[in-house]
Amino acid sequence: MIPALLQMRAIHKRFDAVVALNDVHLAVSTGTVHAIIGENGAGKSTLMKILSGSLKPDAGSMTLDGHNYAPDGPKQASEAGINMIYQELTLAPHLTVEENITLGVEKQKFSILHHQWREVEEALAMLGKSDLDLKTPVSQLSIGQQQLVEIARALLRKSRIIIMDEPTSSLSAEDTQYLFAAINRLKQKDITIIYISHFLEEIQQIADDYTVLRDGENVASGKTRGTTLSQLVTYMVGRSLDEMFPRKPHQIGTKIFSAKNIHHPPKVNHVTFDLHSGEILGIAGLVGAGRTEMLRCIYGLDGAKSGAIRVHDKNFRLGSRHFPGRPLKAGMSMLSENRKEEGVAITLPIRDNISCSSLKNFADKLGRLKLKKESRMVTKAANRVTMKYNTIMDPVFSLSGGNQQKVALARILLDGSTVLLLDEPTRGIDVNSKVEIYTLIGQFSQQGYGIIIVSSYLPELFGICDSLAVCYRGTLSQTRPISEWTEESVMTWATTGKL
Amino acid sequence: MIGLIKKKLDVLGPFVGLLFVFVIFVFLAPASFVSGYNLKTIVTQTVIVGLGALGMTFVIVGGGIDLSVGSIIALVTIVTAKMLNWLETDQVAFVWLAAFSAIVVGALVGLLNGLITAMVRIVPFIVTLGMMQITRGVAKWLAREQTVIAPQTILNNLMNVDPEPAWLVFAPGVWTMIGLTALVYFILKYTVFGRYVFALGSNEQAARLCGIKVRLNRIWIYTLCGAFTGVAGLMQFANLTLGDPTAAVGLELDIIAAVVIGGGSLSGGEGGAIGSIIGALMMAILRNGCNLVGIPTYVQNILIGSIIIGAVAVDRLKHKT
Repeated sequence: MIPALLQMRAIHKRFDAVVALNDVHLAVSTGTVHAIIGENGAGKSTLMKILSGSLKPDAGSMTLDGHNYAPDGPKQASEAGINMIYQELTLAPHLTVEENITLGVEKQKFSILHHQWREVEEALAMLGKSDLDLKTPVSQLSIGQQQLVEIARALLRKSRIIIMDEPTSSLSAEDTQYLFAAINRLKQKDITIIYISHFLEEIQQIADDYTVLRDGENVASGKTRGTTLSQLVTYMVGRSLDEMFPRKPHQIGTKIFSAKNIHHPPKVNHVTFDLHSGEILGIAGLVGAGRTEMLRCIYGLDGAKSGAIRVHDKNFRLGSRHFPGRPLKAGMSMLSENRKEEGVAITLPIRDNISCSSLKNFADKLGRLKLKKESRMVTKAANRVTMKYNTIMDPVFSLSGGNQQKVALARILLDGSTVLLLDEPTRGIDVNSKVEIYTLIGQFSQQGYGIIIVSSYLPELFGICDSLAVCYRGTLSQTRPISEWTEESVMTWATTGKL
Repeated sequence: MIGLIKKKLDVLGPFVGLLFVFVIFVFLAPASFVSGYNLKTIVTQTVIVGLGALGMTFVIVGGGIDLSVGSIIALVTIVTAKMLNWLETDQVAFVWLAAFSAIVVGALVGLLNGLITAMVRIVPFIVTLGMMQITRGVAKWLAREQTVIAPQTILNNLMNVDPEPAWLVFAPGVWTMIGLTALVYFILKYTVFGRYVFALGSNEQAARLCGIKVRLNRIWIYTLCGAFTGVAGLMQFANLTLGDPTAAVGLELDIIAAVVIGGGSLSGGEGGAIGSIIGALMMAILRNGCNLVGIPTYVQNILIGSIIIGAVAVDRLKHKT
């Protein structure tokens, strides 16, 4: 066996009471792509932050090339040849391509800058991207190009190991294939890639080895070749699909919502669909395909160019004068994909968060709040979504991710909405909370609610939806019963816009 | 092609605005507006705000703000006057020592701003808002709440519209401003520190990940701003020929406005030395021109306010398309 380039042994890490990593091992060999697989909260990011020097382990050791490796910070890790590319890209938007790539390692004489055109060009050429104008501000590049700039930055620092955190989560299919080609070139130069993703198909395509983490522990590791997708899923989720997605029998009734010709170029392109009571409608598609923008237009967060919606028996014309207050009053609510920034106000108490969209119900004519009534109703809503909390006056940030999401869910229940727009409702929460949220969604549908779920996680859509439509560059496919779709046909639509 | 025009517009935008304001007054104002003496007066009236704006450019490009600069100017006039009185001499070397120490005092207040911002991690708006009061208080305390009379020295020549020797043409303060503009332009464009200022203002997280010493650079930025404000304070002293603890109240807002009119973005990452000076010039022309035409000061306030909002609105439109 070839001695490993990198060894992480018995790594432990806890944050207060939460054990993030428990006795985790990782061995990576030179010139390979090693995938780290796991659900959100499985400990992938923590492990990688330890490797890249942003966090220190509580216990455990690391060796690089047989030598002890214990970085004091990202800088030491970078000097040792380990660089991380974060999911949220870390470029300075105002600086040019060359300035971003050389940031922090500028050549200087008497602190006057010397441009490094040649080195930068070489780094980009290694990625097969020598046609990029080095003087363009990176804010003018596409996401795919920006990502290559980040990788070039790592190359300029003589990286031997590059960690990529969910690199394809916002890339188009084309850019993804380009990235894979670039990764293969790097492999040939003996550069090692640690690849974090939960897109298992991708991992099968690009990775040589894998390590699966679940709840902060090693579950499995091995060669990607010869391991099936369903094996990986089972490792990752730790339970069978039936347990994961409890289906409740429910009736699909009359039409309660329809969207007509919603147009907001370039992200949303003449979208039309219907929703019935009791129906769970999934919307699949790549990140950036316009799914979120579509919901935002419908709900009035962004002004659409044209289009109309009907919520129960109320019609609304979309446009600059459409705003969330109108659909809300008619019985439609939206849950944002961006929980911390749009979903909940994390410094405010649970009570204020849950009641904020229905405060008028708890106020008298002068605007004075009936606090007792408010508390009673909030508690009821919190219990209905099986939230775990001490008192409703605790700030939302004291809750776990899953319970924070339940705060947002309780809010849209309390304001009496029966048409629910849920954008990535299970993003960033642990497996148990996911199951609870699926159960809740099932209960809502039994009570006759109509639910639209946007998700990037296909197994989830197949697990709970009645019908599905796929988004491709702002256009939406026909809605079909879930049984008429397969994962392959969804992906085909999502990447090509046809079947 | 359109891209190229837009790129040039970025640089020329404030300059075109300046030209526009100037041409308007050429037509509106009496002929004395374009007289050599009046033009020299306008540039001289630009100096104090201009020097302050140069220092402020570092801060704003770096994603911060400094509200204490008006008070620093007042403190510097007091320190200069006190030093001149204390040294009791008009020997050139000692006069310059007094001037230098005044600039150091400005830099020290800036250093304090930087240290508190970087180490205690309080947002610069609050830190410098506090420092604005503290510095003003210290100035009043040192001056015993009165103006401080200072002896006649060569410092008084700094802001003379008709300077000695006459071949200088412009006041020495104007030349100082021109020289320092070139210096700031160079620092921002061609030095590692300048690059870091932009990186910090554009994306601090990225800067940190790239191994840039974020705190140290922040401290430098505020110290530099203090030092430039110190030079501005020296010019204020030369204007007044005495120390005045109530000088330059509210001037920080003019200085910030100059940077913003010149293309600086309060969210960081954008701005430059030449733009900031153009911003300062534009406000000086407006005030001077309005006075000559006989437009009352309240109209001037409304005009300057509109220009600030207009400049930023134009900038936003430019970024959108």
